[in-house]
Amino acid sequence: MYNAGMESLTDAKLHELQLRANDIRQTIIEMLAEAGSGHTAGPLGMADIFAALYFHVLKHDPKRPDWEERDRLFLSNGHIVPVRYAAMAHAGYFPLEECLTLRKFGSRLQGHPERESLPGLETTSGPLGSGISQAAGYAYAARMDPVKPLRGHGASGGTRQEIRVYCATSDGEHDEGNTWEGAMFASAKKLGNLTQIIDRNFIQIDGNTEDVMPLEPFADKYRAFGWHVIDIDGNDIRQFVAACEEAKTIADKPTLIHALTVPGKGIKSIEGDYLWHGKPPSKDEAVAFLAELRESRKAMLK
Amino acid sequence: MINKEMHLREDLFSAKGGSASGGEGPTMAATRNGFGKGVVEAGRADARVVVLSADLAESTRADAFQKEFPERFIEVGVAEQNMATVGAGMATYGKIPFITSYATFSPGRNWEQIRTTIAINNVPVKICGMHAGLQTGPDGATHQALEDIALMRAMPNMIVISPCDAEEGRRATLAAAKNGLPTYLRFARDKTPVMTTPETPFEIGRAQVFWKSKNPKVAVFATGPLVHNALLAARELEGQGTGTIVVNVHTVKPLDRDTVVSVAREAGSVVTVEEHQITGGLGGAVAELLARECPTPIEFVGVQDRFGQSGEPKELIEAYGLGVSNIIAATSKVLGRNQI
Repeated sequence: MYNAGMESLTDAKLHELQLRANDIRQTIIEMLAEAGSGHTAGPLGMADIFAALYFHVLKHDPKRPDWEERDRLFLSNGHIVPVRYAAMAHAGYFPLEECLTLRKFGSRLQGHPERESLPGLETTSGPLGSGISQAAGYAYAARMDPVKPLRGHGASGGTRQEIRVYCATSDGEHDEGNTWEGAMFASAKKLGNLTQIIDRNFIQIDGNTEDVMPLEPFADKYRAFGWHVIDIDGNDIRQFVAACEEAKTIADKPTLIHALTVPGKGIKSIEGDYLWHGKPPSKDEAVAFLAELRESRKAMLK
Repeated sequence: MINKEMHLREDLFSAKGGSASGGEGPTMAATRNGFGKGVVEAGRADARVVVLSADLAESTRADAFQKEFPERFIEVGVAEQNMATVGAGMATYGKIPFITSYATFSPGRNWEQIRTTIAINNVPVKICGMHAGLQTGPDGATHQALEDIALMRAMPNMIVISPCDAEEGRRATLAAAKNGLPTYLRFARDKTPVMTTPETPFEIGRAQVFWKSKNPKVAVFATGPLVHNALLAARELEGQGTGTIVVNVHTVKPLDRDTVVSVAREAGSVVTVEEHQITGGLGGAVAELLARECPTPIEFVGVQDRFGQSGEPKELIEAYGLGVSNIIAATSKVLGRNQI
């Protein structure tokens, strides 16, 4: 079980999380190359955040994916699910080798995540724009129920900690109306138990977001919608953890962690290139990418 | 004659102005009113029941639940995609959400959200589509859902129920609250004859034989309020010497395979009746089944691949060929066809 209290981030823990992010990136490259299809840029860009979520921020237990007290993580932009599968495998939800079954017939690791296929996913996603409203519905339902006494503590015993609901979204899916409907709902219902993490990487399939359908001033739109907005560098784990802690202190508004990320992060030759949004590395490219990541890992250990 | 085992209302055939009924006609109520009653009862029976509204609480009859359980009523505004996905999230948590709007908007506008977040997720959200069918009347084509059964029937994991009257609407709502599955419930706006009683057996997936003549030659499978027209046609046909079996198929999916096949086999020819496009609705479902299990000549009484329009419900039913005379004509036609 990881981190019921989210202790403050020590330098040693930060270093561990950075190494985890590197491990996750290597697994992403291996699984995509083996699958021969899938998305590369988004998963690599979000590896730091997912390492922080699964190894520090989330209250969860890989051996009990349906543990009632767990924090919930909804993934709205289902196409970046390789980063989630890789993080889950490294955290111990399932064997690392299973990652190589991604997108193959009979695999629990469907091309886009399916709730009924793999324990530990909160929902099914892929079609964009529906995650925030599902997460908001979940947060609303959780808040309806009175905080129950913990089992075994007797009637006057301890109380259940409020379930926190996290939802990872993309910038491109903010072209979808459903996203903004969900954003309005979460704000109207004052869902302080909901934290959205947006992967603001400025790319989508047809090009850069500001060319396809401009989203700026993005964070200000959310402020106008009544959200508590925290701007961070999404590849800086320390900033991300601090933002998650800050979100817990906001009781009457949902929080948006507006995370500026570098798509393709960790592989210099593809960083920031929208053409890597929706394609996997070839076998040869994977060899080069993995070599680059191993070098980075070595440098981190020096 | 009426199947006594179904405990149907005795006034269901009373004619307006007729002496037998004291001039009252059959008892009339809208199926959506049955929903309003049923969902309140479901809410009393189970604290997990919640109702979501997309700015139509009065006209969907969700307001009855809102009055009794304000803390379990969630207004989402005019946003059917949001309603489906918020509902999905609540169901994932463990609630039993009834999401309410007009059928053209839900499941019309939010079909993909229903598919991904309710059906693939396999969570027990109840999609309640009101104002289905032509009898929505003056609102016109945009508000008359005639494709919703097809939309929902094609979706794996989805149960599809189309109650024939207000009482059955109440029972279907109660049953859906307990079935633990994604479920579509289809309701109509206008007042229509009440045929069933609280004693009428109701079970999701079990079609009911409402009428059976001696020596039946035609099986009439009907769904929704038009079941009443099917019964009126059966009575008239019996007077003319043509025996029928009238089956109320409230659950279009899963279709009651055993009843449909055995009744079709017994009668030898089939007429289907529905307030829906003839493509993909009850007629389609019956034809798909019988083509495999018991090939039978079929005529389809339904909307013939066109949109509705403004008008009074009665006018529209006649203009679109869904009246008693149309059912009788379809019966003659199917009997006139060469048996294979």
